[in-house]
Amino acid sequence: MSVNRAQRVDLEVINDLIPSHSRVLDVGSGDGLLLELLQEIKQVDGRGLELSQRGVNECVARGLSVVQGDADKDLEFYPDKGFDFVVLSQTLQATRNPKLVLDELLRIGNRAIVSFPNFGHWRVRFSLLIKGRMPVTKDLPYSWYDTPNIHFCTIRDFVNLCEELGATVEKATALDANGQKIGLSMPWWFWNFFGQQAVFLLKR
Amino acid sequence: MAAQRAPRTNNEADQPSSPVLQFGPDKPLKLDAGTVLSPFQVAYQTYGALNDARSNAILVCHALTGDQHVASTNPVTGKPGWWEVLIGPGRIIDTSRFFVICANVIGGCLGSTGPASTDPATGRPYGLDLPIITIRDMVRAQLMLVDHFGIEKLFCVLGGSMGGMQVLQWAASYPERVFSALPIATGARHSSQNIAFHEVGRQAVMADPDWHGGKYLDFGRRPEKGLAVARMAAHITYLSEAALHRKFGRNLQDREALTFGFDADFQIESYLRHQGMTFVDRFDANSYLYLTRAMDYFDLAADHGGRLADAFAGTKTRFCLVSFTSDWLFPTEESRSIVHALNAAGASVSFVEIETDRGHDAFLLDEPELFAAINGFIASAARARGLSL
Repeated sequence: MSVNRAQRVDLEVINDLIPSHSRVLDVGSGDGLLLELLQEIKQVDGRGLELSQRGVNECVARGLSVVQGDADKDLEFYPDKGFDFVVLSQTLQATRNPKLVLDELLRIGNRAIVSFPNFGHWRVRFSLLIKGRMPVTKDLPYSWYDTPNIHFCTIRDFVNLCEELGATVEKATALDANGQKIGLSMPWWFWNFFGQQAVFLLKR
Repeated sequence: MAAQRAPRTNNEADQPSSPVLQFGPDKPLKLDAGTVLSPFQVAYQTYGALNDARSNAILVCHALTGDQHVASTNPVTGKPGWWEVLIGPGRIIDTSRFFVICANVIGGCLGSTGPASTDPATGRPYGLDLPIITIRDMVRAQLMLVDHFGIEKLFCVLGGSMGGMQVLQWAASYPERVFSALPIATGARHSSQNIAFHEVGRQAVMADPDWHGGKYLDFGRRPEKGLAVARMAAHITYLSEAALHRKFGRNLQDREALTFGFDADFQIESYLRHQGMTFVDRFDANSYLYLTRAMDYFDLAADHGGRLADAFAGTKTRFCLVSFTSDWLFPTEESRSIVHALNAAGASVSFVEIETDRGHDAFLLDEPELFAAINGFIASAARARGLSL
């Protein structure tokens, strides 16, 4: 996964949410970028779960504790509240059962941090409304037929799901296309329209 | 492929070419079979030097037909050590940094007490009078060797296949003595299919008239045909269909056409016959029975009320598991179930599945992805242990 500036900001936002020396599980750890960042800056006790063999091998070769596994299947093997934080970064939309995965995150972690691309962003809406095409953007680079992202949602959709699962939103951050945080004073509709991605801190 | 016959050396069992630690009647080995082994001895090799803090020791556990000669020339076969691709000066497991120990398992035939060793009570080889040995018994003996070196905590215990079983047993039995554990291509129990293959091998040995009810050494004989068949059958399980096809296909051996007979027409037949023949020159048939039995009996979850996670409860050991996509003896699912148990126990665990068509034996071969994983795991564990690089 290429890392552009906006994605880095998403990791920085997550990093800011996690106190030093926390126990962290990163679900969908990719090539280990976030885990490495958290270990260096926050000295966390970090673990990862990653679906792709290439990602896992890279993580382990870099000395990270990462296991090959599937968020949809393997989270059930983790004990209740085994971690201070469970992070799901840019992965929710690629899971088969996002509701179940989110439920598991809230069970395993004292807190869950979820970041995802906002499908309510104006560019997405523009693409559908005007062009009548599924959006292909810098942040959503896949065509509809080969995308791993099978469950897109908007920020509003996600907030509703959190309510359904009895999770409290302790903090939420939306990032615009330039990776800038959108002001806290702005209403939800504004976030949902201009937020390209969102980071949520949840507790249940 | 011409068979090069190595000299027959039965006395490796009693007087091995490697160092030996002898345990007298004051230090019996308690066995799971409910009895003790005493006196007994452990033959081992070491490489590198133990540091002052005694914190740089790595214990290598060998597989079914392996031995203590992990990184130096094998005295029986004259071949390089079985894991020299991984272990040695400047290698991934660098013997200029680490103190590497490898011991022949109890029940083996290269110097640690086994069925070919002389029973001091009779002056004759133990044969089947040796009690059944388990993986846990092997590990108990290794612990006594580690104690002898004054090592409080091993930096790492690693091994593949039966060696991986010992690694898991170490982590379960003596978690406070193991800083990091690296079980490769293994399982927390032997599957029904694996027991089945072992039983075929044992029956082949016992069906050989030269086996003499296990007393062949008393008759100056050895069940070579039976043991060779056992090895041939087992060897198939160490490879994969794809690798066999890639290496041999249906190629004919030194001939232009089928002979319409039962000679080794095909290369694969010739290859297997060679594997069987060379194996009997270096391995004791009764040892093969004992060690396969030890693997069959291994079931770590059963020892902990049926819940594998309980075997690792509260462990602080750092784990890294490795499996291979084409390993059908210890398929990835076996490793994955260990990973799930370790996750449930809240353990620090990494797990890598490596894509290869080389089957179970991949762990012994030059596999760059395997080495990268081991290297990353060892390096990060060394940092955590405060070992200088």
